Amino acid sequence: MIVFEKPKSLTNAELHYCPGCTHGIIHRLVAEAIDALGIEGRCIGVAPVGCAVMAYNYFACDMVEAAHGRAPAVATGIKRSLPENIVFTYQGDGDLASIGMAETVHAATRNENITVIFVNNAIYGMTGGQMAPTSLPGQVTQTSPYGRDVKTAGYPVKVAELLSSLDGPEFIARVAVNNVKNVRNAKKVIEKAFRNQIEGKGFSLVEVISACPTNWGMTPEKALKWIDEKMIPYYPLGVYKDKSEAKEDAQ
Amino acid sequence: MENKVLMKGNEAIAEAAIRAGCRHYFGYPITPQTELAAYMAKRMPKIGGTFLQAESEIAAINMVYGVAATGRRVMTSSSSPGVSLKQEGISYIAGSDLPCLIVNVERGGPGLGGIQPSQSDYFQATKGGGHGDYHLIVLAPSSVQEMADMTSLAFDLAEKYRMPAMLLADGTVGQMMEPVVLPEEKNVEFTEKDWAVTGTKCARPHHIVNSLYLVPEELEQKNFERFERYAKIEETEARYESFMMDDAEYCIVAFGIAARVSKNAVLAARAEGIRVGLIRPITLWPFPKKALKDASEKVKGFLSVELSMGQMIEDVRLSIGCSKPVELVNRAGGMIMSPEEVVAGIRKLKEGEAK
Amino acid sequence: MTTEILIAGFGGQGILFAGKFLANMGMLEGRYLSWLPSYGPEMRGGTANCSVVLSDAPIGSPIVNRPDVLVAMNLPSLDKYEDSVVPGGTIFVDSTLIDRKVKRTDVRVFYVPATGTANEQGIAKLANMIIVGKMMKECDFLPYSGIENAVRTVVGAKHADLFDVNMKAIDLGYNFES
Repeated sequence: MIVFEKPKSLTNAELHYCPGCTHGIIHRLVAEAIDALGIEGRCIGVAPVGCAVMAYNYFACDMVEAAHGRAPAVATGIKRSLPENIVFTYQGDGDLASIGMAETVHAATRNENITVIFVNNAIYGMTGGQMAPTSLPGQVTQTSPYGRDVKTAGYPVKVAELLSSLDGPEFIARVAVNNVKNVRNAKKVIEKAFRNQIEGKGFSLVEVISACPTNWGMTPEKALKWIDEKMIPYYPLGVYKDKSEAKEDAQ
Repeated sequence: MENKVLMKGNEAIAEAAIRAGCRHYFGYPITPQTELAAYMAKRMPKIGGTFLQAESEIAAINMVYGVAATGRRVMTSSSSPGVSLKQEGISYIAGSDLPCLIVNVERGGPGLGGIQPSQSDYFQATKGGGHGDYHLIVLAPSSVQEMADMTSLAFDLAEKYRMPAMLLADGTVGQMMEPVVLPEEKNVEFTEKDWAVTGTKCARPHHIVNSLYLVPEELEQKNFERFERYAKIEETEARYESFMMDDAEYCIVAFGIAARVSKNAVLAARAEGIRVGLIRPITLWPFPKKALKDASEKVKGFLSVELSMGQMIEDVRLSIGCSKPVELVNRAGGMIMSPEEVVAGIRKLKEGEAK
Repeated sequence: MTTEILIAGFGGQGILFAGKFLANMGMLEGRYLSWLPSYGPEMRGGTANCSVVLSDAPIGSPIVNRPDVLVAMNLPSLDKYEDSVVPGGTIFVDSTLIDRKVKRTDVRVFYVPATGTANEQGIAKLANMIIVGKMMKECDFLPYSGIENAVRTVVGAKHADLFDVNMKAIDLGYNFES
């Protein structure tokens, strides 16, 4: 018999996310990974500023709320203080790739032994749909009403590619949660990003392509399709860096 | 003599912090506090502690926030422009009721300013500094010995009241050497705080370290509670030194290096027959209001001596309810007044009062 | 008694080290003392100065505005600080590098060709300690007997090999007759 259960690592709080938002799926995948690895008692999460700002109410482990973009620095402090604990951040694209870019890059280059879950939905959701560092060229948002013009607003930041050019980080991958196959794969990759930390391997970041139907102005169904048609071609899925695997291959 | 060592003020802070049980230091290079970071870089790896040169002041203070959330002793240090960058993090730390130590070895401003000593971050340190309603405990050392002693005290007070403490020093006290008796090594046993994040061990509800309250009634209540704590601190923790005040007709108010210069001025003025004394605030927040109020009932006037355009003078006036004249002797931008300039200020105060 | 000493010269002349020697000696003698350097980018190649205050009572300001003793290791320092010396004070001049005489008539002056002597003796970087030696002879704020201990302390265990040359420089200055 298969029983559908809520992961232990999620609280009973009702999520505040919009209908069709995939944050809920990602929360669940993170919680399932924590459950599967049996680390819920020693996990400490760091919540961002953005749609996931209240993640501290949803994850059942100890949680710290960071200032906008600073989660990797806060996580660094926690991990240096309590190296036996498992520390993760959960951040959106504005938080991680815009205001917090310095903290992201430097935590990665220090190979800080933390796990980063990076939710890329190409928009600022919490503040009502402004252009994000990851908004696609031509994408219409509240602050790019005629479509993102790369001549004035620049190009999207490809976080996985950018970070994988550094010597420091252990593991960089991009996944999506827009269909069953992708969700299953995302689950495996997120679990690996936590396992890496348990094994002391270092900085592991999973970029998760996520849907924001509300601010994209689409039905949930259309939003999932848009990920396939627009997002993934620009942000190809895959493992961008895996230092341990590269070492094993070499041997 | 007891175990005196000759040390720079900046180094005394570092060693005293380690002896107070601080095992985590985060910073970013800036003059004139570099000796502190250099000392930590040398010592921390040898005692199993953390020295981390962060990518920015902003990152450094947020690393401090992370360690503070786990309930352990942690510090950062910087100088004026760097402390401005830290204000966001300091506000979050205050808003999350976490203890930590921030050291500001001040230099002249505003902007990039200069690198010579200053006290022009007084407002920033004592009135909050970042956004929102909050205070820091602010200690103002005026000797290398006090750099060491107040580092210890700052950690204790921060922990006792669950709020950030700041050592507000200046380039002179940071750079000078004096003999110092270092505080005893404290065996700070790590006791798990009932608010810290350390992992639930699946044995308790999760702890949340947070400053976000979207329900205004809750946020107001949090602020009320915090200010009840502040009121208690104002009542019990104000510290000051009184120098030759017994028969004083005039009172100099000065802290840090300005107080050292003022002591010379007190002696020089007394040699001229002017009975002047000095009240040296040791805590800038809480400000020693009562000491000044009491003094105002005996003296004819006050002289605020500051390395700024006149910031503390406002607190002096408030403390005495503007009941007596308060004049200013100041230098700015990295300059330090001479004792003669202070004596001239006293003479002027005396003449003005005689009119 | 309080003695306020100002040592001034170029960066690289060991101005701060000379001050450290006096500070360490003061501490070993159980005196109150303070040592305050000029700091910042001027440390390399520009002007450097160092305030040392020795006293029998707790020290107020560590900043020497009116020195009892001035050591001028270059001309800009003599030009800048000559007038600030208290009447009856003492000025030590490195006469190798400063070709003018002190204008003041109300102070004691000692001309020591410290840089030249140091070069001749093969201890080129120790002109500072030659002048310190002369200071030990002519001023009585610290006893001669304490010199060895103070040198040992200030060179430190790590640079113990520098003890002999520092003592040599101090002795050269101490025994110098102008």
